[in-house]
Amino acid sequence: MKLSLPARAALCAFTVLALVFMYLPLLVVARLSFNPQKSVAWPGWTGYTTDWWSKAWEADAPREALINSCKVAFAAMIVALLLGTLAAMAMARFSFFGKHAVSFLLVLPIALPGIVTGIALQNTFSRTIDVGLFSFKVGFGYHSLIIAHATFCVVVAYNNVVARLRRSSPNLLEASADLGAHGTQTFRFITFPLMRSAMVAGGILAFALSFDEIVVTTFTAGSGFETLPVWILANFSRPNNVPLVNVMATFVMIVSIPLAWLAQRLSEGGDG
Amino acid sequence: MGERLEHAPNLTEIDLTDGRASEPSHPFRGVNRAFHGRRGLGVASTLGAPLAWMLLVYIGSLVLLVFSAFYELDPITQKPSDTFTWDNILAAFNIFDPAVRDTVWVLVRTAGVALIVTVLCFLIALPVAFFVSKVAWRWIRRGIIVAMLMPLWAGYLVKGYAWRAMVSPSGGKFAATGKGDGGFLDATFGWTPGYGRTAIIITLVYFWLPYMVLPIYAGLDRMSPSLLDAAGDLGAKPMRTFRSVILPLLMPAIAAGSIFTFSLSLGDYIVPQMVNNGKEKFMFGTLINSTLGAPNQPLAAAYTLWPLLIVILYLLAMKRLGAFENL
Repeated sequence: MKLSLPARAALCAFTVLALVFMYLPLLVVARLSFNPQKSVAWPGWTGYTTDWWSKAWEADAPREALINSCKVAFAAMIVALLLGTLAAMAMARFSFFGKHAVSFLLVLPIALPGIVTGIALQNTFSRTIDVGLFSFKVGFGYHSLIIAHATFCVVVAYNNVVARLRRSSPNLLEASADLGAHGTQTFRFITFPLMRSAMVAGGILAFALSFDEIVVTTFTAGSGFETLPVWILANFSRPNNVPLVNVMATFVMIVSIPLAWLAQRLSEGGDG
Repeated sequence: MGERLEHAPNLTEIDLTDGRASEPSHPFRGVNRAFHGRRGLGVASTLGAPLAWMLLVYIGSLVLLVFSAFYELDPITQKPSDTFTWDNILAAFNIFDPAVRDTVWVLVRTAGVALIVTVLCFLIALPVAFFVSKVAWRWIRRGIIVAMLMPLWAGYLVKGYAWRAMVSPSGGKFAATGKGDGGFLDATFGWTPGYGRTAIIITLVYFWLPYMVLPIYAGLDRMSPSLLDAAGDLGAKPMRTFRSVILPLLMPAIAAGSIFTFSLSLGDYIVPQMVNNGKEKFMFGTLINSTLGAPNQPLAAAYTLWPLLIVILYLLAMKRLGAFENL
C-alpha cells in the first residue's frame, strides 16, 4: 500500500500531537510543583520556588503515606511474583483441561471495574468466615491491603514471565535433558536464568501497579490507614495542601516513569 | 553410599533408567524422582498455589458478594443479617420502580460515556499505531510505542490531578488572585471545557489510550506488508485496503484494547470526583459509592451486580472476537 506524502505527513503530525497529549499534563503538574502560588491556576513559565519541595520533605503525613505505600507494594509484589511465576510456568509448559478458563481468571481482577473488586473484597474481609472446623475474620490493615493488591498484581507478573517462556525455544529444555540434567538442574541453569529478567520486569510493574492503586485500596485499607494515593485523594481539593499534592505527584512521576522504562527494557531482552 | 552399592551390580538398570539418579551428593534426588514422568504432579505443583489463591480470594469474594445481596441489613448494627430477602435485588433490578429507573438511567449514561471513551481511544490509537508500524523509520518505532506507554505508570491519581490542573476554569474557587487565574488550557488557549462531563471523557481517554495503542500496534506489526501490497496490486485504494483488509484483521486487537477502555471507564468513580467537583452525579461508580456511604452494604452489593453483569457479558463478547489471544 502506497500512501501519498501528505497522508504520511498528516499521520506523523497526528502522532506528535498524541505524544504531546500524553506528556503535557505531566509537565504541567511538574511545573506547578515549583509554583509560588497556592493554586492549580496556570502561572505561566516565570516565577519559581523550591519551598514546597522542602516543605513536603518535612511534612509527616505524606511521608508516612509514602512509606505505607512502599511497604504494601513490596509485599504485594513478592506474593504476586511468586504466584504469577508459578502460573506462568504451568501455562507455558503444560496443556491441561480448563487452560483458557485459567487465563480468563488471571485477567479478571484487572478487567472487572475496581469498584466491584473493592466491594467484593471488603465484604469478604469484614465477615467472620466459618469453615466448619474453625472460623476467622480477615479484618483490615496492612495484611488486607497486601492480599487485595497481590490479587490484581498476579496478572502483571504472569504476563511478563509467560511471554518470555513462550518466546524461548522448548529445544533448550530438551537439550538440557539430553546433556543429562535433572529437572531441578534444568530449572536452575536454564529455566530460571531465562525468566529472571522477565521476573524483575514483572516485579517492577507489579510494584508500580500496587503503589498506584486507589479504588480497591479505599475499600480494603480500613479507616485511618493512608497510602500515598489515599493521601492525594484526601488532599487534592484542600487549597492549603495543593502545593504539597503538586510536589508528591511530581515525585511519583519522577520515580515511576524511569522504573517503568527499565522494566520495559528488561522485558524486551533475554531472548536467549 | 549404601544405595549406590545396592545399585552398583545392576548396571543395566542404572543405564536404562536414570544414571544420574544414583549420585549421592544431589540433594534434590527425591524431588526429581517424584516429578519424573508425572505431568499431573507438575501441573498441580505449579498451578496449584496461584489457582487456589485466585479461586479462594477472588472468585470466593465475588460469590460471597452475590450472596450478600440477598440478605437484609440489620437496622441496629448496620451490618448484613442472616435474614434472606429479595428486597435488595428488587431495589437494584426492578426497572418498573421509578427510583430504579433513575439508577438504570445513570448506568446507561455511564455505559454511554465508556463507549464514547472507547471509540475516541480507537480513533486516536489507530493512526498512531499505523504510523508507528508502517510509516515511521524502523529505529524510532519501539521508542514511540514505549513513549506512549510510559504515562500509564505515572500514577492514576497523579494523572487525574494533572487534568484537574489542566481544565481548571477561571474565576473558580481555587483561582489565584492576580495573574492568569485559569488552568493551563484556559490560560494558554483561552478555552477550557471546565469541570464536568467533557473533562471526564478527556481524562478517561487520556488514562486508557495506551491500552488501546499497544494491541493495535502489535496487530499491525504482525500483519504482513505483502497483504497490503497485494490489496494495492489488485487495485484497492488505501481506504479500500483499510476497510477490507486491515480492519477485519485488526478486530481481535481492537476488541482486546476495548476491554480495558470500556470496563475501566465503566467502574471509575475517582476521575469524576477529581474533574467534576462533585456536582454532577452521573457516573455509576459514584452512585455505588454513595450507596455504600449510607452505608447499606447489601444494597451496594446488589448495585455492583449491574457492572459485574455488563462487564462479564462484554468480556464474553470480546472473547468471541478473539480478544484473549491478544491481551
